[in-house]
Amino acid sequence: MIVFLVRRIAAGLVLVLVIATTTFALMGLTGSDPVRQIVGQTATRQQVTAKSAELGLDQPFVVRYGHWLADAVHGNLGSSWFSGESVTTSLENKLPVTLSIVLAALLLSAVLSTVLGVAAAVRRGALDQVVQLLAVLGFAVPSFLVALVFAVVIGVDLGWLPATGYVPFADSASGWLKSITLPALSLSVGAIAATAQQVRGSMVDVLRADYVRTLRSRGISERSLLFRHALRNAAPAALTVLALQFIGLVGGAVVVEKVFGLNGIGSEATSAGSQGDTPVVMGVVVVMVALVVVVNILMDLAYGWLNPKVRVG
Amino acid sequence: MTLPQSEETAVTPAVAAHGRAGLLRRLLRNPVAVTCLVLLALISLASLCAPLLTSQDPAHTSLTESLAPMSGKHPLGGDGVGRDVLARLLYGGRTSLLGALLAVAVAVVIGVPAGLVAGYYRKWFDAVSSWVSNLLMAVPAIIVLLVVMSAVGQNTYLAMAVFGVLMSPGVFRLIRASVISVREELYVDAARVSGLSDARIIRRHILPVVQAPTIIQAAQMLGLGIVIQSGLEFLGLGSATQASWGSMLNDAFANIYNKPELMVWPGVALAVTVAAFGLLGNALRDALDGTATRGRKPRGTTPRKPVAVKHSAPPEATDALLALEGLTVSYPTAEGEKTVVEGVSLTVRRGEVLGLVGESGSGKSQTAFAVLGLLPPEASVSTRQLVFDGTELGNLGRAEMNRYRGRRIAYVPQEPMSNLDPSFRIGAQLVEPVRRHLKLSGAEAKAKTLALLERVGIADPERVFNSYPHQISGGMAQRVLIAGAVSCEPDLLIADEPTTALDVTVQAEVLDLIRSLQRERNMGVILVTHDFGVVADICDRVTVMQTGTVVESAPVRELFAGPRHPYTRMLLASTLEDAEPRSPLSRIVPASIAGVTDPAVITNSVHQEGPA
Repeated sequence: MIVFLVRRIAAGLVLVLVIATTTFALMGLTGSDPVRQIVGQTATRQQVTAKSAELGLDQPFVVRYGHWLADAVHGNLGSSWFSGESVTTSLENKLPVTLSIVLAALLLSAVLSTVLGVAAAVRRGALDQVVQLLAVLGFAVPSFLVALVFAVVIGVDLGWLPATGYVPFADSASGWLKSITLPALSLSVGAIAATAQQVRGSMVDVLRADYVRTLRSRGISERSLLFRHALRNAAPAALTVLALQFIGLVGGAVVVEKVFGLNGIGSEATSAGSQGDTPVVMGVVVVMVALVVVVNILMDLAYGWLNPKVRVG
Repeated sequence: MTLPQSEETAVTPAVAAHGRAGLLRRLLRNPVAVTCLVLLALISLASLCAPLLTSQDPAHTSLTESLAPMSGKHPLGGDGVGRDVLARLLYGGRTSLLGALLAVAVAVVIGVPAGLVAGYYRKWFDAVSSWVSNLLMAVPAIIVLLVVMSAVGQNTYLAMAVFGVLMSPGVFRLIRASVISVREELYVDAARVSGLSDARIIRRHILPVVQAPTIIQAAQMLGLGIVIQSGLEFLGLGSATQASWGSMLNDAFANIYNKPELMVWPGVALAVTVAAFGLLGNALRDALDGTATRGRKPRGTTPRKPVAVKHSAPPEATDALLALEGLTVSYPTAEGEKTVVEGVSLTVRRGEVLGLVGESGSGKSQTAFAVLGLLPPEASVSTRQLVFDGTELGNLGRAEMNRYRGRRIAYVPQEPMSNLDPSFRIGAQLVEPVRRHLKLSGAEAKAKTLALLERVGIADPERVFNSYPHQISGGMAQRVLIAGAVSCEPDLLIADEPTTALDVTVQAEVLDLIRSLQRERNMGVILVTHDFGVVADICDRVTVMQTGTVVESAPVRELFAGPRHPYTRMLLASTLEDAEPRSPLSRIVPASIAGVTDPAVITNSVHQEGPA
């Protein structure tokens, strides 16, 4: 178990490192001239050179990367070229926003896809058709379109929930919940559709399995059969899909944050990306990939817990 | 925004071999597929002919026409900076479709060769490419695209090419999985042995197999490409001069309070196009599945019904533990209701072992499941009576029946390994019914279960109690299942070919175990079997079934001494000759019997479709 965990963490670190290196190379080796953008078109040559030296851009690429990496390992991600703000501090302020909506979306996806998938597998008929239809819609309608519709209809027209802004949990728990409901909901539509489809498929298969019939022959209750035995056996496949969907959730957050005017890591990524603000882009990429890695390790642990063959073997 | 699941679409060679030609025809018979194709054709045509359909320039801004209403000049009105919405919609379709096509082309060009090589040659290339593919899949695509666009510049087509690279693992994994499955097929092996070059084998035998799944995947990737592209444009990334659905949504978002209806046109165009690609992919998959199952459809003619022969008078119903009369089971098939059991009657007395004998497909297992109420929901079952110990079981609800199942009537299955829940320890599976039926505490139930495991001949009960099913042998699993069946001291035990799946040496031990438990507890037993050796060993009476009906029923000695029905004689003869009962039968018995494998088809599919 510990060996497994260590290996997964090591693989995750390698992933973060590879992505960080690639990103740094991409940002550093391309032709765009961030210094000119920072100091402005009217700046003199001396000003450009001075700024360049200040940012360390006059040094060779490998040296710059080495510095960045050494600092990053110590938790210092540098400061924004444009605002001068510490990247670590700025991400610390923005992470709660993104984490709130992404994790809430993950939770919503897990719960709703299980409920819908199990109901469709057991009841079949009309409910099954509805779930199938939802699966297609969830695939077809991009999360930002869902977000736009939710923002306009529920947020603005009906006014049930706030259409923009984030309320920190520390300020008001109910305000926080209200502020993340629409973003999390619109973010999770696609993941719910895909995962519900998988839950349904696995449940249908498991309910046809020999051991379910044998368990039934022993007179155990239908509830235990369904929720203890069948769901337990259907869960690993669903979890695999959910883990993949989570990667999509993190990406989707970038767009959804814009719609709901949330000042999270996603909107940070958009603005830093369009400016070419390398330290901020690097910080965002590292944090997002790390988030994916951590959640995937947690999902792997859950998978091992659900599937004894993986655990023991 | 996640890459489509690849393994799902991986096909086995049998599927591909079955009829690619029929695929298109099947697809065209599916109304959903046709609708999608027509819609996509219309959308492509409209964006292709954009210059003919509108004279407006999609990039021409005009502040006086900002948010203009619908008019002759602007059929769909103007956007935030006065550009013509219709023109932008039409020209935007070009950007979306071309961009998505580019992404898919890149994904296919990278994924297919890499998948072929990795799957066919394996070795280091497989290891490296699989690692890279996993790496690419773990990164949120939109983040990578943000980085690329900020580094290289805002070019929609470049972004889509990069997205193609990010989607290539989906294609790679699909192709690799398909190739690995075909690679070991006999015909590919034969081609290799006969000295065909690898390139030829790949072209002749492997490419045809991966074609269809790649097309399915491509359809879904096209949808995905459009989604991600519009997402980027919505964020304001992408070519500023190019009209696109995503940038239209961006503009609509900026004017969300002034003119929210601007969202409708690009939103609908986007959703319809992506849905059409997604549904088309699904329809393709269904069509592919359809060609796969076509060959397996039951081809049934209603069998000739044999005439039953009676020996001495059947036992009085009063002392019967179980009295089943007039059982009929049928299943809906494409050709209408198919009857697999018809008018079967049998009785079992307390302490009596009844052998239920017949070939596979004679309906004996279906009869056994009917008594337990365990037939699949699609079966229609009718009985004149099904009386167990004075109670008519046919009228019981599910919850009431659950008080009989396990407690009074128990079941030992045929295939030991597939009948234990793989996710739970053996102890937990055995304890659950004991606690429920006998209302024992956890400790008492555990003690009882351990004693039972010891009773059924398991040397180390404590270890088996704490094991998972995959950690024990088949013979041990069957003992566990027998222990599970007798754990609540049932009055009637139904054993469905309990020894068929076991080694010969274990078979006799398991039969001895059932016999000794039966004597010890004075249980009635229905032993389903095709083996007259087993019948001679432990049965008191025999009921012989053929093609869903009972042909003969008699005490064992009487039946062995003088079988009256020709079918019984045939079965007996084949057993005595120590031959497989099937081979002589297929020669002697009229062809109708050969077609009567339908019940087996049904039960087998129920049996074998375990969790993936």
